[in-house]
Amino acid sequence: MRILDWLFGQRRPSSREIAKERLQLVLAYDRVKISPQLLETLKDELIAVISRHVEIDREGVEVTFTRVKSRSRLIADIPLLGARGQRK
Amino acid sequence: MAAMVITITSGKGGVGKTTATANLGVALALLGKRVVVVDSDIGLRNLDVAMGLENRIVYDIVDVTEGYCRLRQALIRDKRVSELYLLPAAQTRDKTAVSPEDMVRLCDQMRDDFNFVLIDSPAGIEQGFRNAIAPADEVLIVTTPEVPAVRDADRIIGLIEAEEKGPASLIINRLKPEMVRYGNMLTTADVIEILAIDLIGIIPEDEAIIVSMNKGIPIALDDANRASLAFHNIARRLLGEEVPFLDIREMPNLIERFVRFIRQG
Repeated sequence: MRILDWLFGQRRPSSREIAKERLQLVLAYDRVKISPQLLETLKDELIAVISRHVEIDREGVEVTFTRVKSRSRLIADIPLLGARGQRK
Repeated sequence: MAAMVITITSGKGGVGKTTATANLGVALALLGKRVVVVDSDIGLRNLDVAMGLENRIVYDIVDVTEGYCRLRQALIRDKRVSELYLLPAAQTRDKTAVSPEDMVRLCDQMRDDFNFVLIDSPAGIEQGFRNAIAPADEVLIVTTPEVPAVRDADRIIGLIEAEEKGPASLIINRLKPEMVRYGNMLTTADVIEILAIDLIGIIPEDEAIIVSMNKGIPIALDDANRASLAFHNIARRLLGEEVPFLDIREMPNLIERFVRFIRQG
């Protein structure tokens, strides 16, 4: 199977890689003590605050975790539709 | 003599704290140190059986802290090694029978007579764990290269830092070189990267440890075994020696290296 994967250029992640990825994600949550539910709340409140000033694509908002050099970061990706007042 | 008090803990149960404590105790004693190993898992005592000393218990740690006997009376001498003693846990009480202050006082009593006091911590993050780390000068965290154990180790690292007992050092136990080689086990480097703490030992998985536990003869008494060597190396590192880590052949084999090379293009 390894040879077939190699021939067709595919590569399934090893269980080691899956374990590492899962650990990094679960620890990101553990370390900052933020639950997925809290993340949802944060997302809703961010939408409420930001949409008071700019028009955003509410469906496209994503609030996630990432880890860079063992530090956890909160990443909010908020697609804009266009600032209010700029349109006539 | 001013003993160093070292607590061996893990968060998750069943990763090898008791085995590590027993074997480090033996290894340090074989290096000529005066050592006492303390079972702080009150109610679930096990260090006595790991050492094969279960038939010699008269008094226990709670008898000492409650003043029913003197410390000296409760210490059991391991006759196989020159200066190794066990202070057993009580089996019929629970974790609340001893307080963190009791543990600090108890260890202070032993500091003058020993070089090392090794405390075997119970699993968990409750009072038993708090008791075990209260007197610690150094903390060793035992984990296995598995997701739940590493997760719990991370939690423990956080608690130890909060108690200002850090930085702790890590023992990776039950590493299976074959599984690592085929990408089916976290590597030592993975675990270190994730936990961001110093490594002090890697113990390869070895069925001989189960046999030694069956017999009550710590593997560290066997000088022809790899796991035993790994424990002896940790003991030497605790004494400040620079000892290279065992080559556990984590490197991918030739074909895998070739495949990676091709892919990276």
